[in-house]
Amino acid sequence: MAKIKKKIKTIKIDADKCNGCRLCEVVCSAYHATPRWDSNNPARSRIQIIKDPLKDIWIPVFAGEYAPAECMGRDKYIIDGKEYDECAFCRAACPSRDIFKEPDSGLPLKCDMCEGEDQPQCVEWCLNDVLVFEEREEEVEEQPEEGALEIGLESLADKYGMEKIMETVARMSMKG
Amino acid sequence: MRYAETGYNLEIDLATGNIERVETDPGLMELHLGGLGTSVKLFWDRVPPETKPFDPENLLVFSTGLFNGTPAFSANRTIVNFVSPQNEMLAYPMMGGFFSAEMKYAGYDKVIFRNKSPEWVYLWIHNDKVELRDATHLKGKGALETQEFIKKELREPRAQVAAIGPAGENRVFTASIEQGRSSASRLGGGAVMGDKRLKAIAVRGTKDVHLARGAEFMELLKEIRDYINFRNENPVANVMTILSGIGSPQEMKHTDEKWHSENFAWGNARKRRKGFWTKEIEESWSTTQREGIKRLISCFNCPQQCGALISYKDTPPYMAKCFGKLTYSMAAYVDNLDFAWRILYRATEYGVDSFSTPQILAFAVELYEAGILTDKDFEGCPSDKEGRFFWLLDRVAHREGIGDVLADGTYYAAQRIGNGAEAYAHNTIKKHEQLPLKLSMMDPIYYLMYSTNEKVSITQIEGNFPQAAFPTREMREEFVRDWPQIPDEKFKQYVLDWEPRGDNANPYYPTPDMASEIVDWMEMLHNIDDALCLCAGMGSFCLKPPYHIHNYPKLISAATGMDIDEAGLKKIVNRSRNLHRAYNNRKGITRKDEKPPEDHWKFRFPDHEEELLTTYYTFKGWNENGVPTKERLMELDLGYVAEDLEKRGFYQNGQDQEENQNDKD
Repeated sequence: MAKIKKKIKTIKIDADKCNGCRLCEVVCSAYHATPRWDSNNPARSRIQIIKDPLKDIWIPVFAGEYAPAECMGRDKYIIDGKEYDECAFCRAACPSRDIFKEPDSGLPLKCDMCEGEDQPQCVEWCLNDVLVFEEREEEVEEQPEEGALEIGLESLADKYGMEKIMETVARMSMKG
Repeated sequence: MRYAETGYNLEIDLATGNIERVETDPGLMELHLGGLGTSVKLFWDRVPPETKPFDPENLLVFSTGLFNGTPAFSANRTIVNFVSPQNEMLAYPMMGGFFSAEMKYAGYDKVIFRNKSPEWVYLWIHNDKVELRDATHLKGKGALETQEFIKKELREPRAQVAAIGPAGENRVFTASIEQGRSSASRLGGGAVMGDKRLKAIAVRGTKDVHLARGAEFMELLKEIRDYINFRNENPVANVMTILSGIGSPQEMKHTDEKWHSENFAWGNARKRRKGFWTKEIEESWSTTQREGIKRLISCFNCPQQCGALISYKDTPPYMAKCFGKLTYSMAAYVDNLDFAWRILYRATEYGVDSFSTPQILAFAVELYEAGILTDKDFEGCPSDKEGRFFWLLDRVAHREGIGDVLADGTYYAAQRIGNGAEAYAHNTIKKHEQLPLKLSMMDPIYYLMYSTNEKVSITQIEGNFPQAAFPTREMREEFVRDWPQIPDEKFKQYVLDWEPRGDNANPYYPTPDMASEIVDWMEMLHNIDDALCLCAGMGSFCLKPPYHIHNYPKLISAATGMDIDEAGLKKIVNRSRNLHRAYNNRKGITRKDEKPPEDHWKFRFPDHEEELLTTYYTFKGWNENGVPTKERLMELDLGYVAEDLEKRGFYQNGQDQEENQNDKD
């Protein structure tokens, strides 16, 4: 399949440099406050430092997609002798924990990369170069043209019958 | 809406378990800002001079400042106020870490404890939900252990916990309050907490802290940010490493300890060891330091790295900061840092002040060597230097045997031991152990700071003015060239004219007038920092800091919505200082108490020192006894204080006042 180029925004996180100060959390919450900058509350921040100081764990994590259910199991990673709960790297607002949720409403939060600014505010205000903003181009697989999708569906309809295809699509969309 | 403060205090009656959320008077911010400022006012109003440290009426107040929880860099101090068991003054040790921001996010400016709990308890603050919980199962646990235990028990890893260890439980006068990488150590706050049977306070907050003009505040902070970056890249030239940067001294980062190890006194603040810092020592200490430090860490909202996570050999992990790295080794005459990392862990679990405590242990060793303490007192004590210190520390923390006497600090211990022991308690001011510094020529600036400040601990008084004259004219010119922090241009000239030797040198230069102005400036900055609860390492405690008298009024105005200029800000902190002074005067502090240790300098000048003190008192608007005059108090809108002091006889002649003091005792 053909490859096309796409712009990817990335925050590179050098967790070893993090001294755990949480300024990024404060600034994120203030930037997204209404009116902007007038209130501060790290609980509303879309970046959280997952930390366990005595175990030498300080990991900045950005809020990603909302997950309606928690994982079936939770794994643990041991890296350089330190044991991390899998959730330490997870970006989801999920029922298993209270981060990345508006403290008042419980609604999920998601990092928007401070769209419209030169760079995310957490990156701008971190003085220890933990967070580095990068925009890069990535080659991704080109999505099939509609024509190709039609050809595929037709072949499936030949095989299973159109009614069966419609039922399956309806059931899949109900599951969300 | 309240800006930069939450507008609420928590009032906890430990005797009844009653908890109230009390709205505060918005006018207090205009008069006293917050932090130390409003706490001093609270003590003046509610704790009369007759109250003794272990009376139920003594308050224990955990206070945030105006900038905690805002994006202001390095606003992370929690100030703890209480009447000190060591000297009965209104003490205000402070801790860094993450506690005060969390308190603000939970919705409180201060937590005020009164009376004593019948059983051991800890306080759990989770926004509006506040409860006293049973802590009988935590009794005897270390301060660090307790913090971790409570976080687990509450299933709240994000809670910030301040706790005491066994030393606080046993009312050791040098007991600290420990919290993560920080501690409020000086003057026995841990003992007052223990006396109230309060093992810990845990807090978690998820509410907003509001600023009046947030966007303007951030613009001002960009200038602070740029200056922090500038200073981190441009250390001050021609001063020792430890003074060249910003932040609390970077004791965990820097391995070069030539200056401390050779200029500070070893043992019971006795001997300077010139030539100690050899190549071999440097290599061994640097290696051990790097071996022990797993990561350099900061407090809340601070780019500096003054603290560290320590994990050394079989010592469980703990966090450390500052000068504790050296104090135990130097006091014990132990020439390695291995001992420091090990004993500092135990001291942190016990929860003791790492300035006073090593001196108490060294004092005991000296008394033993002098035959004043005997084999009976030291029964079971190992004979090696390291073992002896561990043994003594155990005894002090648990108040066992001789440890019970030592736990009251060197001043009171010497009184109880008698038999000439008083001469060995030689390094106190106002009954409080000082840094182990024994120098040569009397220094007029330091003379005044040591003598007069309410802090009674030099490290949080000094800062913005160079500690010593630069050797050459070129160096002085270089230093003053870029110095926007000064309140007045004349200070540049003082530096330019100040020489290491000759007519313009210590002890007669800076002159008493100049020394008074310099000290007043440095105190002013400390009082501002302490009202905002901003780390002194970014304001008052270092050379050329990011925050100073010219940008503070703008930041405070944007944060609070008050329109405040330099003169207005100066007036507020002068008010705080004078109120604090009057409070301590009522507790009996007077001119006779205002002196550095006899042996602090080898060369002393009694007449000149008296002149310095008189000049400074006059400059501050205080009378010859160091009591603010009625006029001064009226100027500062403290008429009610003048009235109170008048009633108590403070404005009669000296003789009458002495009698009055004796009556009170």
